[in-house]
Amino acid sequence: MKEINYDKDVFGLSDQQDEGGDKWVFKDLFRSKQKYVTIRQREVPDSSLHEPSKKEVPDGLWVKCDQCNQMIYHKDLVKNIKVCPKCQFHFRIGAWERINYLVDPGSFQELFATVTSDDPLKFPAYQEKLAKSKKATELEEGVVTGVGNIGGVSLALGVMDFGFIGGSMGSAIGEKLVRLFEYAAEHGLSVVTFSASGGARMYEGILSLMQMATTCQALNRLAEQALLYISVLTDPTTGGVFASFASQGDIVVAEPGALIGFAGARVIKQTTRQTLPAGFQKSEFLLEHGMIDLIINRKELRNTLARLLRYHQRRKRVINQ
Amino acid sequence: MSNVSNYNLDFEKPLKELEKRIEEIRLFAEEKQIDMSEEIRRMEEKARSLKLEIFKNLTPWQKVQIARHPKRPTFLEYIELIFHGFIELHGDRLYRDDPALVGGLAYLEDIPVTIIGQQKGRDTKENIFRNFGMPHPEGYRKAIRLMKQAEKFGRPVITFVDVAGAFPGKEAEERGQGEAVAKAIMEMAGLKTPIIVVITGEGGSGGALAVGVGDRVLMLENAYYSVITPEGCASILWKDASKAEQAAEVLRLTAEDLVELQVVDEIIPEPLGGAHTAYEEMAANIKGSLLKNLYPLINDDLNTVLSMRYQKFRQLGRYLEE
Repeated sequence: MKEINYDKDVFGLSDQQDEGGDKWVFKDLFRSKQKYVTIRQREVPDSSLHEPSKKEVPDGLWVKCDQCNQMIYHKDLVKNIKVCPKCQFHFRIGAWERINYLVDPGSFQELFATVTSDDPLKFPAYQEKLAKSKKATELEEGVVTGVGNIGGVSLALGVMDFGFIGGSMGSAIGEKLVRLFEYAAEHGLSVVTFSASGGARMYEGILSLMQMATTCQALNRLAEQALLYISVLTDPTTGGVFASFASQGDIVVAEPGALIGFAGARVIKQTTRQTLPAGFQKSEFLLEHGMIDLIINRKELRNTLARLLRYHQRRKRVINQ
Repeated sequence: MSNVSNYNLDFEKPLKELEKRIEEIRLFAEEKQIDMSEEIRRMEEKARSLKLEIFKNLTPWQKVQIARHPKRPTFLEYIELIFHGFIELHGDRLYRDDPALVGGLAYLEDIPVTIIGQQKGRDTKENIFRNFGMPHPEGYRKAIRLMKQAEKFGRPVITFVDVAGAFPGKEAEERGQGEAVAKAIMEMAGLKTPIIVVITGEGGSGGALAVGVGDRVLMLENAYYSVITPEGCASILWKDASKAEQAAEVLRLTAEDLVELQVVDEIIPEPLGGAHTAYEEMAANIKGSLLKNLYPLINDDLNTVLSMRYQKFRQLGRYLEE
C-alpha cells in the first residue's frame, strides 16, 4: 500500500487545479503538512478483497469484478483504491485502507482506540463473533476514529469497517463516534464520517438501539457551534446507522452503487409483497429521491471533500470599508 | 371484532378454563336451586391464586404476547381516559397525514401538553386504515412538526410508544424512512421543552426510538422494547423464527430488564391480567405516573433539563476501556 503515491498515481493531482478557478494547487497543500507526526500508521490487511471468495482465482493474483465480471489484476485494483478500472464498480474497502488514501500522508492521529466492545447482555455467540472479527480485520472495533488533514484542512474523521460484524453499531462504536463529535465540538473541527454498516448490533440488544440516540444528540453539539458535518455513505449503510448519524450530515455524500436504506429488501418484500424496482436503495435511487446531496466516485472523493471542507473553514470576518 | 374478543393467550388457558367451570357451576346451582356457594367460593379463590401465579411470573415471551394483545388499549383510548380537551392536529405539511401516528393538543389535569403516539387499529378495518400502527416517514415528520410547535409555545411533550416498527415499504424508503427516524431522534434530543415518553405496548426498534427520546422514559409492566423483534433475532441467531421465545429471553426486552440497563426510569404497573383487562385502572396508573414525573420537569430550569437529558442517553453504552 505504502509505495503508491495516491496524489500522482491515483488522483493525478500534482498538476491539477481546482475547477473553481482558485489558483491553489493540491500538491502545495499536501506538501505543507509533512511536519505532522504519525501516531499510528500501519500496513492494511487486505481482508476486504477476500470477501467475494467465489469469484476469486485461487492464487489471489486476479480478482473478478462483481459487476462487469472482468478479471482485474489484484495490484491494479489496489492501486485504483478498489475501484474496477473497467466499469468503476466500487469494491468494499477496509477502514485503514480508506484512511490511508484519504488523509494527507502522515497527518492521521488515531483517537479513542482503547474503547472496545463488552458483552453487556452475555449474548449467545457474541464473544466468538468479536474474536473472529478482530482476527479477520485486525481491528479492535468496527470504527476507526481520529484527527487528520484532507487537502491541508484539519478535521475529525470516523471510518467504519463493514468487515467487523457487518459494521454493526454497538456501545463501543457509539461511544467512539460520540467522543469524536464531542472532541470536534471542543476543538472547532469539521467532522467527516464514512459509514459502512448493516445497522444496530443485535448482540448488545437495546443498548445498541440507544447508540442511535447518543450519536444523534452529540451531532446537535456540532450544530450548536455551526461546525460542518459531512456524512459519506458507502456500501452498505442501512438500518440503525442510516437512521441515525449517517443520514444527518449537513452534506450527505454517497459512493456510487452503494446500498443505502432503512429496511432490508427481504423484509420489505415479506411485509408488503411489493416488487422492488431495479436499483432500489442504491445511491443513484437516493439521489433521485432527494435523500442525498452528491454521488462521488472514490477516486474523486478526496478532492471533493477537500473542496467542501475549504468552503467551511473558519475565517476572520472581513469588514467592508 | 369477534375474533378479537375471543383472543386468548396460551398461558392463560388453565385460568380461562377454571373461570368457565365456575360460571357453569353457578348456572347449574341457580337452575337446580342448590346452594353451592361454598364450592364456588373455593373455586374462585383457586382462580385468583392461579391468576396471581400466572401474571406475577410471566416470561419475557409471554409479556411480548400481552404487549401485542389485540385488545390492549391504544393511544386513542388512553387519550380519552387520561387527558381532556383533545384536539387532533393533522399532517406533516410535506406529503400527507399519516393515520398511524396521532398527535395534538390536550390537557393533563390543568397543564396544556402536546401528545403524540402511534395508533394501532382496534379492528381489521381500522388496522388497514392505520397501517397496523406502523408510521411512514410522514408520520415521523408530523411528530417533528408538532414537537417543534410544542417547543415554540412552551408546552411539554408526552409521547405514547406502541409500534411493531417503522413501516418497511417501498414508498417509505423512497420518502426517506431512515432520514425521518434520525431527524425525529435528533429533534427530540435537542427539543427545548420537557419530554416524557411512555412505552405502552410494543417498543419496536428505531420506529419506537423515533418518538422515544425524553427526560423520563416510563414503561408499562408488560410492554417490551427491543432493537429487533424476538422473531427477527431468532431467525438471525438460530435461522429459525419459531425460536422467538428463547430470543425474547436473551434480548433483555422487558420493563424490568430495561430499568436495570437504565434505559427506562420507571415501571407503570398493569392491572392483574394485563392492561387489556381493565382500561380505567391502567389509564389511572399512567396518569398518576405522568403527573408525578411532569411537575418536577416543568418546575426545573430548562437548561438543567436539557443537559440532564443529554447525560441520560450519553451514559447508556456498556463498553470496555483499557
